[in-house]
Amino acid sequence: MNDAKVLLDYGSGGRASHRLIGELLLSHFRSPELARLNDAAVLDLRGPVAVSTDSFTVDPIFFPGGDIGSLAVHGTVNDVAMLGARPLYLTCALILEEGLPMADLERIVASLGQAADAAGVAVVTGDTKVMPRGQADKIFINTTGIGQIMVETPPSGDRARPGDAILVSGSMGDHGLTILSQREGLAFDAPVESDSACLSHLILKLLEALPDIHVLRDPTRGGLATTLNEIAGQSRAGCLIEESSLPVKQAVKAGCSFLGLDPLYLANEGKFICILPEAQADAALSILRADPLGKDAARIGTVTAENPGKVVMRTPLGGHRMLSMLEGEQLPRIC
Amino acid sequence: MNFLDKFRDPELCRRLLDLIHKESKGVRFMEVCGTHTVSIFQSGIHTLLPDNVVHLTGPGCPVCVTHDREVAAYLELAARPGVTIATFGDLMKVPGPKGRNLKTAQADGADVRVVYSPFDSLELARKLPDRQVVFLGIGFETTAPAVAATLKAAREQKLANFKVLPFHKLVPPALRGLLSDPEMRIEGFILPGHVSAVIGLDPYKFLGDDCGLPAAITGFEPLDLLQALLFLVRQKNTGGHEVVNQYRRVVADAGNPKAMQVMYEVFEPADALWRGIGTIPGSGLAIREEYAEHDAFRALDLTLPEVPPLPGCRCGEVLKGKMRPDQCPLFKKACTPATPVGPCMVSTEGSCAAYFKYQLDA
Repeated sequence: MNDAKVLLDYGSGGRASHRLIGELLLSHFRSPELARLNDAAVLDLRGPVAVSTDSFTVDPIFFPGGDIGSLAVHGTVNDVAMLGARPLYLTCALILEEGLPMADLERIVASLGQAADAAGVAVVTGDTKVMPRGQADKIFINTTGIGQIMVETPPSGDRARPGDAILVSGSMGDHGLTILSQREGLAFDAPVESDSACLSHLILKLLEALPDIHVLRDPTRGGLATTLNEIAGQSRAGCLIEESSLPVKQAVKAGCSFLGLDPLYLANEGKFICILPEAQADAALSILRADPLGKDAARIGTVTAENPGKVVMRTPLGGHRMLSMLEGEQLPRIC
Repeated sequence: MNFLDKFRDPELCRRLLDLIHKESKGVRFMEVCGTHTVSIFQSGIHTLLPDNVVHLTGPGCPVCVTHDREVAAYLELAARPGVTIATFGDLMKVPGPKGRNLKTAQADGADVRVVYSPFDSLELARKLPDRQVVFLGIGFETTAPAVAATLKAAREQKLANFKVLPFHKLVPPALRGLLSDPEMRIEGFILPGHVSAVIGLDPYKFLGDDCGLPAAITGFEPLDLLQALLFLVRQKNTGGHEVVNQYRRVVADAGNPKAMQVMYEVFEPADALWRGIGTIPGSGLAIREEYAEHDAFRALDLTLPEVPPLPGCRCGEVLKGKMRPDQCPLFKKACTPATPVGPCMVSTEGSCAAYFKYQLDA
């Protein structure tokens, strides 16, 4: 492909579109179903399936630890896996801004294809649109994931029960702080990188050994605090969190302290919350810690009958405070 | 163990708490810094103090004390064609008349940019030579010197399209103003760390000398705060009225004379409007004549509009420490972080927002 920039023609449906699909997309998304180039894909699925869709608009599109392409796979695949499902298929719609360098597009598509291969999902159908310059920001990606449910009773946000243990698979806030530190106008270098990763293999390993996991959730936008509040609300139970046991990297703590942010409200893209019967907590922790994606896993708290719908944090001093849901965006403070 | 964790050492904190419990015969203290407010709630200190140590949250968040008339003024400016507003993020949601704020102004087409330093707004003025770039100068003594330095740079670089709307506030005159209210029953102050790093210890001396009150400049970690509280408890017990600097690792007793010099080179003391409190003499900063072309008031012909008071808002009483946030009839009902009525609910460092966010039984 000789053109250096994405042109409006590529979304025309004509020859230019076909060239883009044939030369670029099909070479990175190697699924026989996609290669048939029919109007829709035929999938072979039996039993209950999990479906999830997500649109990715991250800025910047390349960041330490990943890019919008791999993120578009991880984000959706992880959501499907949280229902106790094995992700199998992915759809992919690209909205491109006219003028996007072709080299950037190719890098993103290659990264998306690689992430899909690694996650064991096939990109089976897709769409490409090009928006006039200024009407979209470089590239937006929508992906829908479809997976086969592997357990009898899928984990669900309303199944947390008093006495259950609350675990997280690793450190909190890495992705959110990385993205913030890369934004234009925010001149600081943080030695952090995004945790963007595919969690489905680890989730399936966990569910195979412990099929009675009550809740699995990935704390993406809004972070751990917001996700725990959602679970507390859905389950009509309380969560008691031990602040001193929360895994947060020193660099993230320092960056947050500098910007006046709270790591518990920052997005994660390669971590999950696992809530399960107390008796199985140690077994789950050993499985998690044996995997590179779960090496920093920790038990952070307990589900309680008290304070239903609320998340309460016990501070290292032994005091208590609420951990409430995020209201709008976190904005850097003034002094 | 690292520097941050040392000042959070739970064992040392517990020892200080034990001493406070053992020795306190009752003290009403006020902190006047939003970062202290948040730290007291975040660490859970407020749930661990004896009942007779009463914690009042004063006007310590620069956003919280921005007057409705000041908000109305910058909203009017934001709506003018050719004007770009540059602001710190926390001002975006501060409600003005009819609940309008910079976010709604943005939705109506105003050009509003969030910046992280006043120097970023100078850069913006360079990039947008055809627009008037107005930086909203909000903040205490912590922020004012950086804004002053920016104004100096703008004049040197002849960036005539760069303006500042000066709404800075000064802490010591505000404390004096608060104490002139006969209903205030404060028995000691925890003084701000960042502001004091600029102004030093001297401007607070009147607290002890004229008002007979003890006060401590302190840091933001639990150990800092507990040490300051123990000091206030002991002073109260012995009738002492010392004003001390307990934050020597950051604050020099003399403050930062260089920063003060830049600040007063560009600004001069002026009366200022405080939300809920009204005019406090000498508690603000106006831009000096030499910098008039960068003063948004003079250069863009702006005056403070008259506005009706916010109906039902008791922020004034909360800011004066006369009312706990949860005692306000609007708290958690009409006034929440999603629909803030008054500024105490807007900023993450506002006392009502802290109560809403952290207080278990609020």
